[in-house]
Amino acid sequence: MVSEACTSELLFSGSDWNFAKLSRVYEEIEALGLEELGLDIYPVQMEVISSEQMLDAYSSLGMPLMYRHWSFGKRFLYDELLYRKGARGLAYEMVINSNPCIVYLMEENTMALQALVTAHAALGHNHFFKNNHLFRQWTDAGGILSYLDFAKSYIARCEERHGLTPVEAILDSAHALMEQGVFRYRRPPKLSSEQQREGLHERLEYEERSFNDLWRTLPPSPGKSKQDATDQILAERKKSLKLPEENLLYFLEKNSLVLEPWQREIIRIVRIIAQYFYPQRQTQVMNEGCATFVHYTLMNTLFDRCRISEGAMLEMLRNHTNVIFQPAYDDPCYSGINPYALGLDMMQDIRRISTAPTAEDRDWFPDIAGRGDWRDTLLDAWANHRDESFVRQYLSPALIRKWRLFMLADNADEPHYEVASIHNERGYAKIRSALAQRYDVGASRPDIQVIDVDLLGDRRLRLQHTVKNGLMLEGGSRDATLRHIRNLWGYEVSMVAVDAETGAMLGERSTKEV
Amino acid sequence: MPIFIDRRLNPKDKSLGNRQRFLRRAREELKRSIRDKVRTGSIAELDREHAVPIPRKGTGEPTFGDDRESGRRHHILPGNRTFSSGDIIPKPGGGRGGGGYGSGSGTAASEDDFRFVLSREEVLDLFFEDLELPDLVKLNLKQVLSVKPRRAGFTSGGAPTNINVGRTMRNSHGRRIALRRPKQAELDAIAHQIAELEAQPASAPARERIAALREALDRLERRRKRIAYVDPVDIRFNRFDPQPLPNANAVMFCLMDVSGSMGEREKDLAKRFFVLLHLFLTRRYERIDIVFIRHTHLAKEVDEHTFFYRTESGGTVVSTALEEMHRIIEQRYPVSEWNIYAAQASDGDNFAGDSERCIELLDRKLMRLCQYFAYVEIIDERESHIFGATENGTSLWRAYNAIDGKWPNFQMRRIAAPADIYPVFRQLFARQPGLRKSA
Repeated sequence: MVSEACTSELLFSGSDWNFAKLSRVYEEIEALGLEELGLDIYPVQMEVISSEQMLDAYSSLGMPLMYRHWSFGKRFLYDELLYRKGARGLAYEMVINSNPCIVYLMEENTMALQALVTAHAALGHNHFFKNNHLFRQWTDAGGILSYLDFAKSYIARCEERHGLTPVEAILDSAHALMEQGVFRYRRPPKLSSEQQREGLHERLEYEERSFNDLWRTLPPSPGKSKQDATDQILAERKKSLKLPEENLLYFLEKNSLVLEPWQREIIRIVRIIAQYFYPQRQTQVMNEGCATFVHYTLMNTLFDRCRISEGAMLEMLRNHTNVIFQPAYDDPCYSGINPYALGLDMMQDIRRISTAPTAEDRDWFPDIAGRGDWRDTLLDAWANHRDESFVRQYLSPALIRKWRLFMLADNADEPHYEVASIHNERGYAKIRSALAQRYDVGASRPDIQVIDVDLLGDRRLRLQHTVKNGLMLEGGSRDATLRHIRNLWGYEVSMVAVDAETGAMLGERSTKEV
Repeated sequence: MPIFIDRRLNPKDKSLGNRQRFLRRAREELKRSIRDKVRTGSIAELDREHAVPIPRKGTGEPTFGDDRESGRRHHILPGNRTFSSGDIIPKPGGGRGGGGYGSGSGTAASEDDFRFVLSREEVLDLFFEDLELPDLVKLNLKQVLSVKPRRAGFTSGGAPTNINVGRTMRNSHGRRIALRRPKQAELDAIAHQIAELEAQPASAPARERIAALREALDRLERRRKRIAYVDPVDIRFNRFDPQPLPNANAVMFCLMDVSGSMGEREKDLAKRFFVLLHLFLTRRYERIDIVFIRHTHLAKEVDEHTFFYRTESGGTVVSTALEEMHRIIEQRYPVSEWNIYAAQASDGDNFAGDSERCIELLDRKLMRLCQYFAYVEIIDERESHIFGATENGTSLWRAYNAIDGKWPNFQMRRIAAPADIYPVFRQLFARQPGLRKSA
């Protein structure tokens, strides 16, 4: 078709890659990304790795540097098992939110795949990491690698000094609380530089030296009634401990009575890593959608300009379709909504609405329909949204129809589901809102906070689980996690479940019972 | 311009340390699994590779998570073709949770499938760990006791002392024929001709002939030099395979009292003893048979499962088992071909007066046939400190004492707990210089 009109040279031919080809392809794709889509990226560092190294990277949360822990070993053995059995392939790429942005390329990939990966990761993910507000505010791309390096050697030093078992015990307990170890509203401080970390030991030692428990046991001043005094103590205590506190790891790190300084530092490390990954969890659809949209658009442009062959294009399309495959709910392959597929479809839909809107689109999206500047709209969306707000803002009726989305109401007390909404006029808004809700990581996570602790009495730590929609915690893992909190706190821990709407107490569980 | 880094030559086992930490962590689970294998699996099975399922308990990582069977929630699903709002759909599995449609429910199940393959050595290590072996002995047991090299054909590499001259020369001969190496006789013939010609008075044709002959001689000699008489490729060495010794057959008789008094604990201890005996014998003999004989007041040969997992009630007459053993030896295991071992496990109760009969059977018949006879009495842990050292005990114990004194290849010990088994086994099978089958 177009091929007769083509006069330009192919970027590469054949499936073998070499560094010269990779570099040529990168230059071309980068130029295209900046020119066509207006992307803005960190400098890129491409690393070629083997499949075993990819397995290694998988098992340590995808980071190039990680401290040692048995759970990463378990992940490795498990991934390796699946890979050996052929039950699961490996990702073609992996990309790290750092500056420079590190992209892993697998040596087994063909040249066509390497080009795809370059567009997907080095341009798409990279742009997203650099521009999305969550990543800008919450992660420190420049500092993360040196921080991980510090974490790794710090924990290794602890293992040398205190033995593997005690370090492992702290890490186990801290890992159990990773989900409850992030600040959702407060921005974390910038990762300290190496110099600041140098001063860490001195600080810890000073705290140890200057700690004096006497000051906390001063009797209440005389002249007040006993009741007043207790109330006042209670209020002061809550104020001084800044209760309630939703970041359990932070609370334990600062206030636990039994932890030694090195143990607090380990908890801090786990907490900082949890915080670093928090934006990723909130932007899965957008991040993958952005990368997929970028590689799809750039590859098609390259093909239209005759820079890649039909064979290479076919190979890329085959991989592309695998990635965005979305089976229906009754398909045996169904395992939830594919973030790549949803993200890509929504972004392409935004482009359609901008350039060729229907009357319905004009009703639903008066701001963007027919304005034609789909690039700016997308750049704006990538920069300023997370999954929840992105779906709430941009999921269109057309797409709901295309996906044939429907909503099931699931009440645990009833033996059946009820179809609450389907893809029709009455359902669009409800489906969109419910789907957006699902991507709200903060809301879909159990809401657990520290509400009180009696430091002068039995030192019992009191947690409160605010139960929304009657969703209780699963008993076995709850008890096991409470035991972990007890390990870190050192004294009894109890958790009360309170209904969010009525305020009624639904139950209480204490480590005395488990 | 991006930076390219080739990391492929970096060390690959970055997660080795993590794997080791995981194994250490899973060790308790693996040990428990091996313990269960001993209890439920067959004796011979312990001695090979095992895929051990690792339960999530102990290696699980708990977090706070929602209970799937509580509360109200909404699922958004793609691909609706048939439903309209208000439709009612029965839940799969009769009303339990939304697991069928919910997201991510697959991960929990698949982690259960996590299986770990342990090598034979690792299995044995874990097994012996439970028996509290001193390290030295563990090594001894693992090794084949002695080996003897056995001829096993030829090989193209080896030590000079093992060169097989006949085979080497045959190869060399074949090669010389194939490459047409000039024979010494041919050279001699030409040299002789030259000598003859030179002896005659010189003439022009003779000189030409001599020159031609010299040239031919020269060519042949060069050819001989190039094609060696014996070339390294011809050389063959004798090949030897290590062969375990003694290279013979053994049969192991397991005798057990299965009357009601032998409970699960007793059988478990007995089984551990038999497993150990089996491991020991498989190291020493090429072929090993196991015969299981159980008895109440009647004795019968049975398969392993029946042996360990069925109890019967009835009186206890130990001699019946010994008689059955004797009958089987006469029928199937001629002493000239088989090394016969027997291990008897019992709680020591016996029918009044039968112990005399046992002594007679052992003394007159069995001890002559057996390489070794071990009697293990399984006693209650509470009794262990009473009976530990004394000669006092059950009627069978007192009766067997007589045999113990008379026959050096008879040994008897008491066991109360798993940790006792190995030391006792060690005493029973310690190398005893004077111990030989009495003729």
